[in-house]
Amino acid sequence: MSEEGIVKKFMYVNRKCPYGTIYALESLEVVLITAAFDQDVSLAFTDDGVYQLMKDQKTDGIGMKNFSSTYAALGDYEIKKIFIDKESLDERGLSISDLQELVWEDEDEDYAEKSSINLVSRAELSKIMSQQDVVMSF
Amino acid sequence: MSLEVNGKSYEVDEEGYLADLNTWDSDVAEAMANADGAPLDENHWEVINFLREYYEEYQIAPAVRVLTKQIGKKLGKEKGNSKYLYELFPYGPAKQACKYAGLPKPTGCV
Repeated sequence: MSEEGIVKKFMYVNRKCPYGTIYALESLEVVLITAAFDQDVSLAFTDDGVYQLMKDQKTDGIGMKNFSSTYAALGDYEIKKIFIDKESLDERGLSISDLQELVWEDEDEDYAEKSSINLVSRAELSKIMSQQDVVMSF
Repeated sequence: MSLEVNGKSYEVDEEGYLADLNTWDSDVAEAMANADGAPLDENHWEVINFLREYYEEYQIAPAVRVLTKQIGKKLGKEKGNSKYLYELFPYGPAKQACKYAGLPKPTGCV
């Protein structure tokens, strides 16, 4: 890990339900690995991907590990930019209050908690995507 | 593979990490540390207990950078630096401490 390495803007786009396929979990693992290499990482949740951040997930019935609490660690990994597609929420009858609150701690302000969540329209999300160096879709 | 401690058997993987987090107890942590030639003291335990709490809350073992920052927040700046943590865990704080804590190898640990 180099101190002065090249920092690229990586965006991970999450489009699928949390369980049933391995995409959501794999995306999260890749995100945590990338963040450990001091890259500029942001996450987008769109389409069924918005379900990944639903509060109070219970996975006992499907015999899968509930990894939804891991999203709350993203702030510790300096991932402070999480974009939620508002139209995807609307289409599913969801609102932002159905999702987990994700925060990061600002060390310079005595670890004050600041929200990482940005609710954006599809048009805004598309603009943000066009500003990235790397966009990975899961 | 398994590890025998005080007549109790613990399932471990090929790198010596516990196969099942729930089988962990302080005896197996002590035994792993003794086998590495460095018995645990209270400073080691602070970190091990922190890791277990972190895993309980977030379901992951934190990367070493995250561990360092969080230890600094919880236990003070004089402990939240890699020099201190590497002195305690010379094989790498995340890797070695996670092993003693019964956690899987940290995500992002390469």
